[in-house]
Amino acid sequence: MTSADPLRNQTLMLFAGLGVVLLVASGIGLALKWRIGFGTPHATIDNLNARIKSWWLLIAVIGGAIAIGKTGTVVLFGFASMLALREFVTISPTRRGDHKALLMAFAVVLPAQYLLVWIEWYGMFTILIPVYAFLFLPIISAL
Amino acid sequence: MAAWTRVVSSRATGLGISAFARLVTGVQPRWIGCGPSLTQRIYLANHTSHGDFVLIWSSMPPTLRARTRPVAGSDYWDRGRMRRFIIQDVFNAVLIDREAGAGQGDPIGAMRAALDEGSSLILFPEGTRNTTDEVLLPLKSGIYHLARQRPDVELVPVWIENLNRVLPKGEVIPVPLLCRVSFGAPMRLGESQSKADFLDALRTAMLSLGRSIDPVEP
Repeated sequence: MTSADPLRNQTLMLFAGLGVVLLVASGIGLALKWRIGFGTPHATIDNLNARIKSWWLLIAVIGGAIAIGKTGTVVLFGFASMLALREFVTISPTRRGDHKALLMAFAVVLPAQYLLVWIEWYGMFTILIPVYAFLFLPIISAL
Repeated sequence: MAAWTRVVSSRATGLGISAFARLVTGVQPRWIGCGPSLTQRIYLANHTSHGDFVLIWSSMPPTLRARTRPVAGSDYWDRGRMRRFIIQDVFNAVLIDREAGAGQGDPIGAMRAALDEGSSLILFPEGTRNTTDEVLLPLKSGIYHLARQRPDVELVPVWIENLNRVLPKGEVIPVPLLCRVSFGAPMRLGESQSKADFLDALRTAMLSLGRSIDPVEP
């Protein structure tokens, strides 16, 4: 486990550094808000504080996933991919006949891809989507 | 079924359906013309899929949800234990007879009774699911008669986007896509407004909600 130790140390130091930066940022946000009064709405300061809060959430989620290990990170990225794919398909011009192909993209291709990442079959997960998905999904669409 | 198991299972089913709808569609409610208040209202929405009232329902805060009842056609929903359980116990819908001839059954009366009890309603003025390529089917006159009889109730046009792509006609499994539910400014029926004028104004309000891209959020 000696090779894992410096990596673990570096990761911990990274998150510690991020924590410090966020604490400073939160402190500044709090001070700004205190100066104008906690009850007073102020567009820029409220926006800043909201953004700092979302950074805390982001760091917490990513940190938690890394702490769980490989599975946590793969699940997190798989979920994020699902959200991104959903946004992409929403703004793409699709037709009624594409329904089954879209279903397969979400329910089959996406989990398969991340399963392959999880078992670290590099050769397959690099070509699954560009070769197999791009070949079979249009065929399903046309059927 | 004992009364309490019915209540618990209907609550759980409702939460489950609502959570599933929000997970699949990531639904964003846009309260453009009004806010989620407890005023008695009739929400008038476009109808493209069975998920429509689930989506409107899920867009409302829980206090509002408890007092809002969808209006559904008994010809479709009053069959089989599963459908009856969903439509009556889970959603507490007002069932109306869509095929009633003149003098038979009283769909307006059923809706009026629900309003008199204090509930708000969710109504689909197209009368049926729109599975054609048209944006909005011609509106049925039921809402005009109901508004005539209860002129104090606010009428809120609602537009649901994208749901027809999530679950098109004939499909069973929904595709995850982002949907939006937009709530427009409330309207009322004018004292001397004719049926044609009123339905026209309602149609225009719903269509312009559907076309609005970047509203100023209240």
